[in-house]
Amino acid sequence: MADKPMIEIDAVSRYYGIYKALDDVSLDISAGEFFSLLGPSGCGKTTLLRSIAGFDTPTAGDIRIDGQSAIGVPPNRRPTNMVFQNYAIFPHLNVEENVAYGLKRLKLGAEEERQRVGKALEQVRLSALGKRKAHELSGGQRQRVALARALVMRPKVLLLDEPLSALDKKLREEMQVELRSLQKAVGITFVLVTHDQYEALAMSDRIAVMFGGRIAQVATPKEIYQHPLTRQVADFLGGMNFMTAKITGENGINLSVETARFGKVTLTKPRGFTASNGQATIGIRPERLRVLWDDAKAECEVQGQVVDRHYFGEITHLIVDVPGLEKPLSVSETNNFGADDIPVGAPIRLAYDPDALVALAD
Amino acid sequence: MVALPGSVETEVMPKANARRWTSSDEAKGLALISPTLLYALALLFLPVLIVIAYSFWSQDYLTIDRSFTLENYRIALTEPIYRDLLWRSLTISLVVSIITVTFSYPVAWFISFHGGVHKNLWLFLITVPCWTSYLLRVMSWKVILGYQGVLNTGLMSTGLIDKPVTTLLYNSNAVVITLVHSWAAFAILPIYVSLEKIDRSLIEAAHDLGDNKVWSFLRVTLPLSLPGVISAFLIVMIPTVGDYVTPKLVGGKDGVMIATAIQAQFGKGANWPLGAALSVTTMVIVSLMAGCAVLALKFFVRRIR
Repeated sequence: MADKPMIEIDAVSRYYGIYKALDDVSLDISAGEFFSLLGPSGCGKTTLLRSIAGFDTPTAGDIRIDGQSAIGVPPNRRPTNMVFQNYAIFPHLNVEENVAYGLKRLKLGAEEERQRVGKALEQVRLSALGKRKAHELSGGQRQRVALARALVMRPKVLLLDEPLSALDKKLREEMQVELRSLQKAVGITFVLVTHDQYEALAMSDRIAVMFGGRIAQVATPKEIYQHPLTRQVADFLGGMNFMTAKITGENGINLSVETARFGKVTLTKPRGFTASNGQATIGIRPERLRVLWDDAKAECEVQGQVVDRHYFGEITHLIVDVPGLEKPLSVSETNNFGADDIPVGAPIRLAYDPDALVALAD
Repeated sequence: MVALPGSVETEVMPKANARRWTSSDEAKGLALISPTLLYALALLFLPVLIVIAYSFWSQDYLTIDRSFTLENYRIALTEPIYRDLLWRSLTISLVVSIITVTFSYPVAWFISFHGGVHKNLWLFLITVPCWTSYLLRVMSWKVILGYQGVLNTGLMSTGLIDKPVTTLLYNSNAVVITLVHSWAAFAILPIYVSLEKIDRSLIEAAHDLGDNKVWSFLRVTLPLSLPGVISAFLIVMIPTVGDYVTPKLVGGKDGVMIATAIQAQFGKGANWPLGAALSVTTMVIVSLMAGCAVLALKFFVRRIR
């Protein structure tokens, strides 16, 4: 990852009346990075993307693209291009004309224009469909046209507004892989807006998780999944078993806690952590709890009773009631060893790794 | 032996198809609308057929001679008076349509793109002039454009002119001004509807791809609103060719159009077949001109890239 930031978002706020769509957001996105803005609808991620594109003007703060302040610069004079959520394919033009749309203003000459359009269509594997009109294309093909139309402009930054949300699951997964390899191939900075955590985890170099117009955490996919800073982030990215624990010791880096069933553990203190009544929220991911079969032994284990079971094909979710915990634990177990056959009501033992426990700020 | 099952099948299949069709939604729909549809078709085609029939007959004082003749068409197409009237009608209607569409487009564009929450109020206000009778609206233009009218006295009081302008009323200018005003609402509405249907993200995409506001309008908004422009153009052009009231009231002798001549043949002239031939000629020429106008508009917009 290059050190020079391609996009610098500096204390940006956007108010609609008294509603704060963006509340003092600061963020650096490096050149050549695949960056995702992840959050539930209404969290401000689309407003932020549209501010980078120039369709929305921040109430306060500065946005610099490649070192140049973009405030007051209209979208047509920014080195950014956008793939719209509904793709916005011009219905009166065919595929080639759509892709060539932006090149017409550059006055390249017919030959170079034709070459660049041809290459862009090749990149998205649409060379055969150049003469088709927008209404003759499938959802996936439309998306490729939108991509080619933006990439042919050779932008410094490509902005993608929920580009995969209109596709079915199978195609979406294919396009995730394809988008990722396309980004590697062209080396352009990609900024993706999505509400799908798996999409963000699968494609991004880094993810910013947003809630209520603020950024909750910026980190790599692995870091953000394994070490979420707040309860909200942990909850939004996959399942999490939350528990309250009593704080027994605290210093600048670590937090020692005691829990009802998981014993005494020392955890990394998340940034922005404040104790309330000497208590902390800790969590463990459902897949970090393992079923112990027969008389298998583990260093750390909890015991409980299966109260419910949900079958998902390759995995089964077991809901395990553990005496002493305020809520039953959710356990995600692969079906290789017959987790789907464990009867409801059966007693069960679960193994865990103390490293899998995380302390969370509220 | 081979032919037999085949023939049975060809006999059975249409019946089965017919039965399937009679129970289809399409057939039910047609059955439901058939009384009104037949009524409307009858009222549309019967008068036209009667007019066409008359145009091939001839009149001898009070009796109609029903033998086939093309004499009426010869007169309609070659008599200088009718040629001039027809030509003037077509020119006026073309000018009126062009001006009306040119003035209506910005209004429709403003309401659609900048009307905000008051869009419906704007549309409502545009239809307000249509609440008064057409005749009254035309008459009020006489008051505005007349020798001692609002416009002349207004201009004189500001000192821009020292004697009344006489070229305002009783000529084709007056007809054009009055017709443009009368038909504006009918042009604004179809253009507005086609502008409303344009996905705003397409215009954003055009900006994103390097177009400024003028170019994105010419390359995206205008081509996509073309269906509205075409319907506005036809809605204005077709009826104005045959307009009778406006030229009669504000046109004077220079503003006479073909409808006046047709009316004269059915009335004082007492030559129904010639009137019919003039009507049919006008109808055919208007249809051709409408077709040409549609093609020209499409060609013009396709040229913008």
